[in-house]
Amino acid sequence: MIVLVLAILLFLIGLYGVLVKRNLIKIAIGFMIMEYAVNLFFALIGYREGGTAPILSEGFGASSFFVDPLPQALVLTAIVIGLGTTALLVSFAVRIYEKYDTFDVRKIRKLRG
Amino acid sequence: MRGMTLIVKCITQLMAPSIFLLGIYVVLHGHLTPGGGFAGGVLMAGCFVLIVLAYGSEEARSEVRKWRASLSESIGIFIFWLLAMLGVIQGSYFFYNVIAKVNPGQPYTLFSAGIIPLCNIAIGIEVAASLFAIFITLAVLKVGEKL
Amino acid sequence: MLTILILFVVLMILGAIVALESKDLLSGIISLGIIGFALTIVFLVLQAPDLAIVQIVIETLTLIILIAAVLKTTREDTTEEFSARKAFLWFAGLIFIGIFLLAAVKTFQHVPKFGHPTLRMAQLYIDQGLPLTGASNLVAAIILDLRGYDTLGEATVLFTSVIGVITVLRKMGRKRT
Repeated sequence: MIVLVLAILLFLIGLYGVLVKRNLIKIAIGFMIMEYAVNLFFALIGYREGGTAPILSEGFGASSFFVDPLPQALVLTAIVIGLGTTALLVSFAVRIYEKYDTFDVRKIRKLRG
Repeated sequence: MRGMTLIVKCITQLMAPSIFLLGIYVVLHGHLTPGGGFAGGVLMAGCFVLIVLAYGSEEARSEVRKWRASLSESIGIFIFWLLAMLGVIQGSYFFYNVIAKVNPGQPYTLFSAGIIPLCNIAIGIEVAASLFAIFITLAVLKVGEKL
Repeated sequence: MLTILILFVVLMILGAIVALESKDLLSGIISLGIIGFALTIVFLVLQAPDLAIVQIVIETLTLIILIAAVLKTTREDTTEEFSARKAFLWFAGLIFIGIFLLAAVKTFQHVPKFGHPTLRMAQLYIDQGLPLTGASNLVAAIILDLRGYDTLGEATVLFTSVIGVITVLRKMGRKRT
């Protein structure tokens, strides 16, 4: 159970990064840390002690001792979606830098007409 | 972005086809070994990104028009949707595995599992084109250029 | 086995703290790579080779995209002076983390123990995966045949994010009159 609590601690560190930091790139790094923590938590939930990877072959029929394959299927799509989210965040940051010449969120509040 | 030295260019010429072949292998054997469409697609995109990084963006700009990343991405997801609609056309529900019911191969061989290898190929094409388009837009294109 | 898991998760936590608090943006991004590659090893220890392959290749491409974006713009972090407001935020943050972790520990008494999941949904997939679909890789059979809607949604989300990136960075703005 200690491992699950440590995964939640990683998520909270990412949340601190999103809420407190001033730099846009640091906010994007915080989002990525949160996403790693959630994927880690899902993979930890599905683990079964003494089990093997859920792939059938000649010696391992349908009655072997497998780990849970369902959380792995959910995490597989979550990893790829995380990449799409990161790419969009980073492209926003690059565009804002071209217009305002800074990454500081305190200075980009002025909307120019 | 400038290119790299001559040694890097020579090694890239040797390594890039092998990386692409590894990507195709991981996509095709997705129903037998770990991997599948997503991992293989990202590997194929990695091969193209390696070529662009090693040769510089000036030489790559003339080649981008030929690669047509946007078109391949749309074709990939359209084929995936078409394979899913085969079940509805035949009369059953969405994502019905039509080929496995008609012609089930032997398990543990390459030509088994019906619709799953074809879906893997479509997803591989789509993911590879998507990631290459993201990289090209961020690093290579200049003002006013279209993809 | 449990000690290896705890060791790697502690390494990830240290890497996260370094990535958020470093003064140089490039060092922060490279520390993010530590977290990603440690996560790959954790996936391998947890008997999930599919996830390990996907995580390592996507981590490499994410690092390339982030470094390309940072090298285009700037490398230094925004400076902030140490003020009373910052100390108050720190203190409140620590208290919030403490309360959250206490609630998490109380919740985990009611969840099945780590290492003994209740395979309510997955028992059907393990027993009947091969006759129903014909694929040997159970994870591939789940994401492409038994739960295909999720994969369709995920392909759509990736497609939309690429359209978003191309539109935002198109650099053909309004003409300034």
